[in-house]
Amino acid sequence: MNWVVLLVLVGSGGRIKGDPTKGEAIYARCQACHALDYDRTGPHHCGVVGRKAGTVKDFQYSEAMKKSGLTWNVKTLDRFLSAPTEVVPGTAMTYAGVPDPQERADLIAWLAQQKCKEPK
Amino acid sequence: MSSFLDFLQRPADLTPRRSFLTSSGLMLSGTAVALLAGNDALAADPKAAKAAPKSGNPDNDVQILNTALGAELEAIAAYQLGAESKLLEKPVLALAVTFQGHHKEHVKVLSDTITKLGGKPVAAKAKYDFPVDKLKAQADVLRFAASLEQGAVSAYLGAVPLFTNRDLAKAAASILGDEAMHWAVLRQALGEEPVPAAFMS
Repeated sequence: MNWVVLLVLVGSGGRIKGDPTKGEAIYARCQACHALDYDRTGPHHCGVVGRKAGTVKDFQYSEAMKKSGLTWNVKTLDRFLSAPTEVVPGTAMTYAGVPDPQERADLIAWLAQQKCKEPK
Repeated sequence: MSSFLDFLQRPADLTPRRSFLTSSGLMLSGTAVALLAGNDALAADPKAAKAAPKSGNPDNDVQILNTALGAELEAIAAYQLGAESKLLEKPVLALAVTFQGHHKEHVKVLSDTITKLGGKPVAAKAKYDFPVDKLKAQADVLRFAASLEQGAVSAYLGAVPLFTNRDLAKAAASILGDEAMHWAVLRQALGEEPVPAAFMS
């Protein structure tokens, strides 16, 4: 077993280098509920990296997300996106997740790059 | 491709879920299941209703349905925005209104099912934020609608495996198929390859 296979097996945990140029296409999967710069069924993603989970002003989160104690960084986003309902049981983000560690890394890298205005 | 990759990456998921399904004692309302599945015959037949599959915590299924309902309500508002934009030519406007009608049907059946499962359906927001400043031409509206429909396909794809009740999963997959057709037709209207890949993710 080589190291690449081992990394895939244990999950990325933020250790796989993401390619932001591939992340935008993966973000298309999120667009039923999310946008970068305004709230929808899900909260906006602008500035998500570094944000405490469940704290976007005026957005109605599940109690589970408000109490999750998570702060979004590469590692926590990677974990959450792997299986949202398992990492935060009770979350309104009823989505099975992005199982491919490389795709998660690409998506997170792209999100982290987005420079957009926080909604008013 | 993704679902097959999921299987390869998380084969252990299958056993607990199957076991969970068969060991749980909770029974969903067969009528509600049939309602969402669009199976009127099943809804009307108490014997068939009794044969409805067992489920785990129905609250989880209600949450999944409510998240889908919230997105469907927003889709209706988005198509309304498009229809009122005066940017759409007549055949495209007719298409938008037809697709909006499908989303209204989804909303009706999702809301009724949530209620029958003992949940409270989410209501439409008083106001939705849309990128109106970026909608300057028909193609912009079509592209915006296509992005929502593509997202909806992915959202339902991500929801289907989470249902504890397989009939609800089947019904959600039925809606997924409708969203996928919307997406393909919108891409076609934009002059893009209508079905760009063999698999959705």
